[in-house]
Amino acid sequence: MIDHPQAAKIFNEDVERVNWHDKSLWVVRQKRDKVASEVKGWETLRSLASGIKAHTLSNLDEYLIQFENQAIKNGAKVHWAENAEEHNKIVFEILNEHNAKNVVKSKSMLTEECGLNHYLEKKGIDIVDTDLGERIVQLAKEPPSHIVMPAIHKKREEIDELFHQHLNTELSGGDEVYLTREARKHLRQKFLDADGAITGVNFAVAETGTIVVCTNEGNADMGVHSTKLHIACMGIEKIIPSQKHLGIFLRLLARSATGQPITSYSSHFRSPQKGNKFHIIIVDNGRSKHLGRPDFRSSLHCIRCGACMNTCPVYRRSGGHSYNATIPGPIGSIVSPGFDLNKYSSLPFASSLCGSCADICPVKIDIHDQLYKWRQVLTEKIHKNRFKSFVMFIAGFIFARPSTYRLSGKLANISLRFLPKSIIDNLIKGWTRERMLPEVPQSSFEGWYKKNRKT
Amino acid sequence: MTVGLFIPCYVNQFYPEVAIASLELLEKQGLKVEYPINQTCCGQPMANSGFENFAKKTYELFVKNFYHYDYIVSPSGSCVYHVKEHFDIVDQTDEVTHVRSGIYEISEFLVKILKKENFNSYFPHRVGLHQSCHGLRGLNLGKPSEIIGEEYSVTKKLLNNVKGIEIVLLEREDECCGFGGTFAVAEEAVSVKMGIDRINDHINQNVEVITATDMSCLMHLEGIIRKRNLPIKVKHLVEIINNTM
Repeated sequence: MIDHPQAAKIFNEDVERVNWHDKSLWVVRQKRDKVASEVKGWETLRSLASGIKAHTLSNLDEYLIQFENQAIKNGAKVHWAENAEEHNKIVFEILNEHNAKNVVKSKSMLTEECGLNHYLEKKGIDIVDTDLGERIVQLAKEPPSHIVMPAIHKKREEIDELFHQHLNTELSGGDEVYLTREARKHLRQKFLDADGAITGVNFAVAETGTIVVCTNEGNADMGVHSTKLHIACMGIEKIIPSQKHLGIFLRLLARSATGQPITSYSSHFRSPQKGNKFHIIIVDNGRSKHLGRPDFRSSLHCIRCGACMNTCPVYRRSGGHSYNATIPGPIGSIVSPGFDLNKYSSLPFASSLCGSCADICPVKIDIHDQLYKWRQVLTEKIHKNRFKSFVMFIAGFIFARPSTYRLSGKLANISLRFLPKSIIDNLIKGWTRERMLPEVPQSSFEGWYKKNRKT
Repeated sequence: MTVGLFIPCYVNQFYPEVAIASLELLEKQGLKVEYPINQTCCGQPMANSGFENFAKKTYELFVKNFYHYDYIVSPSGSCVYHVKEHFDIVDQTDEVTHVRSGIYEISEFLVKILKKENFNSYFPHRVGLHQSCHGLRGLNLGKPSEIIGEEYSVTKKLLNNVKGIEIVLLEREDECCGFGGTFAVAEEAVSVKMGIDRINDHINQNVEVITATDMSCLMHLEGIIRKRNLPIKVKHLVEIINNTM
């Protein structure tokens, strides 16, 4: 398995592509800055949202039960799934019960996390992602590379080719109007043929038992209204206490995500239409375990806006796929190790710790700090790199002993000045392949100080 | 007021001129400044690599070297941030808390503690300010571009008072340079690309000198600049502020 540095290196072989990817996301970041700055009290909204999430997570058991009771009263059927397998099984059983074979699904990172598509396909169900970006990556048999813009890594010309291959479109040279119209035709037919709809959940309001789904394409609504069966899948952390809190999150979500004041559709689903069925599946899949990690629990505040990805200088220059995780980027790097420490061990190190992610996060997750803390956990629990561990031990040893430190300083100075360049380069090639070492001065500051100040 | 000067290990070895400028600048303000000779490192290299337990003794030595000063001042926002933010794995004795609350990055010390912004500095060049992340977002030396609110910047205040200087607006005002300690080596490809992009932003604005509050950012950028023979130089902020006509 290749780790983040290796995948990022491959991504960086195509400089033009890196520049394009970086710029595409930077434009989104700029839009967010503009639209956020137009809101009076933006920083207050962030603090409120963070506080509401912290409060909710601390009282999650009660709010979940309240939500369940309300949802049942509204006529929904509520299911609980402890893990991905249970979730997938429940979805299949419901579909099976209704003899649903053609299913349309709006964006849901949870179902990605659970591998639902793959599971249902094996059971012979035609499951179609109806968000345009998601549909693109589904046709390409790739995972999303971004949680809000799943196909942001694909150029128009590539989508042109893909549609030509799968949807029998004419090659248009990447004409976005043509391609969007064709995608619309294709998806409309899928909606008409569908006998079941799955949606994600952005917010679940405990007070009312309502779920709220935010989309720009209206595809969640199209699915729900064109079939008699709606299955909504949510993680336990999607709960907010009451309707009055929703406004805070809706004001933050789309502005942070894409720089829009609000998503085109913010749909509230409460009760099924007469004769229709409405199921809600509440999934844990490691979340309560994560809630028990004091240093990391606030990562469950996440409202999946993707702003940390757009602002992250590493994400922009390595691409979402380099993280090899359901959720890429900074937030993915602090969530994924909770699922599998070994598999995701390179992710907390895929950051310069610049802190931009934490400052942009609408729910104030201290992402850079959690990256730092995961690093401590990783080196303690996984002794993968003995050499690095040895080097750090030696560094700690030297820095704790002034005379040893002085001696090593002198040795380093002499070695760098007088050893052949080839030997030095070989020792520290990770630095010197693309960078020169600083020119070594005649004397260190300490030497200068002793001569010029200290008597 | 007695000030202990903390010079990061790599500045001591590679950039003595930055340390000298810091010392001179503080001395010119009539302060008693000392460089404790037994100082080594703030421990960040180990801690950021995930080995903070190996850094405990380094933290203790740091405190031993500096606790008896009224203030501790350093020309590195990153090291100062590390002491303030991450020294919580050692016992929080009075000495430790004094060091953590009394340590300042030098430009913040000049503006907020000494309350001085003009040092009769002279630097007749086109300069781009690279906002080192730990100083900017960690120590709040300025308003990061992500935060919505009133503009402020300690470093810009200082630079704006330099005679002859031309401060250039960058396309991305506070993008990271890509150094990040061991990140620079572990994630070589991305780190170098970030550095190149940062340099190009400056070159595109015809900047002559890139300045910053952290020499580590500049060491990384200078390494790329010299490797590629690019027409641009780097200088630490204190070198500019300490430069008079």
